[in-house]
Amino acid sequence: MDKNNLITFKVQRYDPEHDRIPHFQEFMVPSGKCLTVLEGLLYIKENLDSSLAFRASCRMAICGSCGILINNYPNLACHTQIEEFHSDTLTVKPLPNLPIIKDLVVDLIPFFNTHKSIKPYILRQDAEEMEKPTAEYAQPPRALETLLQFTHCIKCGICISACPTSASDRLFLGPQALSQCYRYCTDNRDEGEKERFPMVDTDHGVWHCHLAGACSEACPKGVDPALAIQLLKRRLVSRAVALGKKQQPSSTVPSPAETKPKLPFPGFTVK
Amino acid sequence: MRQIQPRRNYLGAVGWLWAGNYKVERYLYILHRITGLGILFFLLLHLIMTTVFRIQGQDVWEATMAILHNPWFKIGEYLVVVAFVYHALNGLRLILQELGFLMVRPAPPIYPYRDSLRRKRPWTIAMIAVVVILALVFFYDFIAGGW
Ligand code: SF4
Ligand code: FES
Repeated sequence: MDKNNLITFKVQRYDPEHDRIPHFQEFMVPSGKCLTVLEGLLYIKENLDSSLAFRASCRMAICGSCGILINNYPNLACHTQIEEFHSDTLTVKPLPNLPIIKDLVVDLIPFFNTHKSIKPYILRQDAEEMEKPTAEYAQPPRALETLLQFTHCIKCGICISACPTSASDRLFLGPQALSQCYRYCTDNRDEGEKERFPMVDTDHGVWHCHLAGACSEACPKGVDPALAIQLLKRRLVSRAVALGKKQQPSSTVPSPAETKPKLPFPGFTVK
Repeated sequence: MRQIQPRRNYLGAVGWLWAGNYKVERYLYILHRITGLGILFFLLLHLIMTTVFRIQGQDVWEATMAILHNPWFKIGEYLVVVAFVYHALNGLRLILQELGFLMVRPAPPIYPYRDSLRRKRPWTIAMIAVVVILALVFFYDFIAGGW
């Protein structure tokens, strides 16, 4: 695509003080190689209409604030190239299934509160050690690997807008919170299953997931929330029928050294 | 400070029915719901036929049977069978995957990401193939004359 190519951004606008319903506004944005949708939005804000509201911060898929619906597919604006779509028009809307505050800005507070409700932190029975820690709890690398994938979540809300259950069930915890629940329950340092299970073992919790797989498909960080939810279901079932082994919560005494062979250090690219 | 009520933006039932650019499992989800409702509808119809109509005597029963010999009902019956086959096999896939079988182990995500449903997609495709083969067999049996 040549540098002077113009791309039409069809942006959904909604100003709660003046508009009754959202409407679309078109902007012509010059596109070039490697421009992201976020850069297009920044161009609009700087040159065409400073009243456009959207959220972004890191512009490198780390902060999770720029999730929007681009051509009806949820993605991070900073993580999507304009050229990817091979088209002259780009429809940009706020993430569905989350309340709109203004234009492309959605209200993530209820989403964060749901995340908090599943207690996303290490829970232990040994109150003494928790109050006055003497050392860190040991975690062998193999135990870390069972949950590392799920720790990559940046709380962008994209899985919520992809999920067909979240589309109709307002009380559904959503792929993000459920996958984080599994992430903490499977942590070998954690003993909080008893506290978290009553919250997810409900009609609006893990059992309302029907495995449409859209969350994992859309997640921009490869978290695979669908996998975490199914593993959480498996865990609930295996606890209910008393099958499967239960891991002993780790202590502060590190297990006998168990290290993986080191990766070779890459050579210098510039000599 | 002025307070502004955020605007609700749930997709609702449209969110179930519209699968856009998502992959095959998302479409199977829609089909699973539709076939489920279809089978339920058939069951209700079947129960009404075999109870309410039947107890009203032979005349009513024979009149009903005459209507049911309409070719459209044959096609309807065929669709019920196919829906049943699909719902059963896809249900089996869902049970297995929801219990963590036919899923991969969690692994650190490395770009390009491939989620577990995608990695196990060959099995999903095999399931669809079995449904298609059975649908063809039943097509021969029900519509094209049969054995
Ligand atoms: S699981 Fe993925 S899509 Fe969902 S909030 Fe986390 S990073 Fe975003
Ligand atoms: S701006 Fe931070 S994730 Fe896009």
